[in-house]
Amino acid sequence: MAVLLEVEGLTVDIATARGTLHAVRDVSFSLQSGETLCLVGESGCGKSMTALALMGLLPRAAQRSARRMRFEGNDLAALPERRLAELRGARMAMVFQEPMTALNPAYTIGDQLTEVHRRHKDSTMAVARERAVALLEMVGITNAAARLGQYPHQLSGGLRQRIMIAMSLMCGPSLLIADEPTTALDVTIQAQILRLLVELQRDLGIAIVLITHDLGVVARVAHRVAVMYAGEIVESASAADLFAAPRHPYTRGLMASIPVPGATRPGDRLGVIRGIVPSLIGDVGGCAFRDRCDFAQPVCARTVPVRSDGGHDWRCILGEAVAA
Amino acid sequence: MLIYALKRLGLAVLVAVVVSALAFLLLRASGDVAIALAGEGARSEDIENIRRIYGLDRPLVVQYLDWAAKMARGDFGTSLFFKTDVHALVLDKLPTTALLALFSLIFALAVSLPLGILAALYPNSWIDRLCLALAVIGQALPSFFFALILMIVFAVMLRWLPVSGSDSWAHFVLPTVVLGYYIAPAIMRLVRAGMIEVLASDYVRTARAKGLSSSSVVLKHALRNALVPVVALAAVQLGFLLGGSVVIETVFALDGLGYLAYQSITHKDLPVTQAIVTLLSLIYVGLTLAADLANAWLDPRIRVGSGT
Repeated sequence: MAVLLEVEGLTVDIATARGTLHAVRDVSFSLQSGETLCLVGESGCGKSMTALALMGLLPRAAQRSARRMRFEGNDLAALPERRLAELRGARMAMVFQEPMTALNPAYTIGDQLTEVHRRHKDSTMAVARERAVALLEMVGITNAAARLGQYPHQLSGGLRQRIMIAMSLMCGPSLLIADEPTTALDVTIQAQILRLLVELQRDLGIAIVLITHDLGVVARVAHRVAVMYAGEIVESASAADLFAAPRHPYTRGLMASIPVPGATRPGDRLGVIRGIVPSLIGDVGGCAFRDRCDFAQPVCARTVPVRSDGGHDWRCILGEAVAA
Repeated sequence: MLIYALKRLGLAVLVAVVVSALAFLLLRASGDVAIALAGEGARSEDIENIRRIYGLDRPLVVQYLDWAAKMARGDFGTSLFFKTDVHALVLDKLPTTALLALFSLIFALAVSLPLGILAALYPNSWIDRLCLALAVIGQALPSFFFALILMIVFAVMLRWLPVSGSDSWAHFVLPTVVLGYYIAPAIMRLVRAGMIEVLASDYVRTARAKGLSSSSVVLKHALRNALVPVVALAAVQLGFLLGGSVVIETVFALDGLGYLAYQSITHKDLPVTQAIVTLLSLIYVGLTLAADLANAWLDPRIRVGSGT
């Protein structure tokens, strides 16, 4: 399979009143065509900022730099905004966390769906409408033609997220970035949307970067996983490897905090990671997890090496022979 | 949409009735009409006579209904000072004021919409600060003073435009600029605040994620949502312009409704004052209705009920 997206040394700094916030620190990963990569981590770990940096949609106060950011042969870091806008929505598309607010309340579903096709494919209204109906049906929306005339406020959250997904696929992108697409939905709808993403990927062969804090979601959809902590990728591996043998203490902490159906009884204490996430304002050096880590050594305050074992990388002083 | 429009219309009619009754009562409460009509040094029999002739001895409710019925038929009575039909008098002056108000609003929007949008796109930039400076000057400068400055520069020194009068289009230019500049700051600041909020919204981020051009993102996706409060303000300001251009009409000797209102009040010309007050109230009610309908068009959440 061909490499679709290659990111090397991505850094996002945000100017705040209290100093520079290092939201994303030296993040590198790559993605094959048709592959699903899950970016996992807790709130504020930089996973959404990574996604926005790829799309060129960072807030004005954020400063992006990267040694390399190649997508389909384009250097995203060097592309002027006008050329980047031609890729956005056409080759790379994004689905957001909040379906309730991500659609414009002033325009119909049909208007918002056809708009993106007409912009990138230079199509007529009739062609764009036909494509919109086909995609609404593909994402499992009944009575699709009639939905085109409706406004977002007339639809439920689950329906709106399906519409967002349909909208992102209007121009047949090769990369879909989904930022917590199921977090705002209730559990049964979450399962439906996840299944939809998996099916779409199988049928259309698109690559997906799925951002989530939910390891249950990761287990269901990911080919590869990158665990983020405090703006860094601390561990990345194939999903199977990661769940079978997590190497980084943070990843293990995350796994220990998931209740296991059947095994965890009501009232049992789940695993917790002591301490709090460090501030990313000002200089951040060494391992950001060391204050919360049971295996921390004085050397952790210095630059931590990236260890590698096959396709499994982790950023820690510990080798594989760690007692869990 | 039709049901919404009918509801709004019904409400507007109700408000119009209440407002006309209030206008009627307020002017009656401002002094004894019969004494005013009789003039100074009138004998008490004369005043009693006038009271009977004009029906002022009847209960207020009857007087109001009688007056309202006449108003509805277009019978506004006779001016006490000009001795002519009030209906004709008011209709004669209305176009001048209406044109001035309309031009001023268009001028204000033409200035404040682009500047407000630019200020929102580049907050705290030099263009934002320039807009703020223009707004502060516009709101702080008394309009009659600004009018005099413009008159001196463009009419007296440069001789590009006439000083005063209402005979040609050129006569409307300076009053339009003065009134427009007076109301533009409020609109500009509302556009700026609304656009800054909307530009930070999720759906604008979605529009950018779709790769739409910046003009489409700003003008189609953002502006329409930011305009809802602006429409309401513009309607109120148009009403203000229709009723509030007394000073400017006087400064530029524009023969409009504001000037007539000023004359009728100083001469205690009750039928004229009453007709103008009622007419302006009705225009206000009409403008509010128009703003409601415009907002329903802009924002489907008002116009279309939810439910699938």
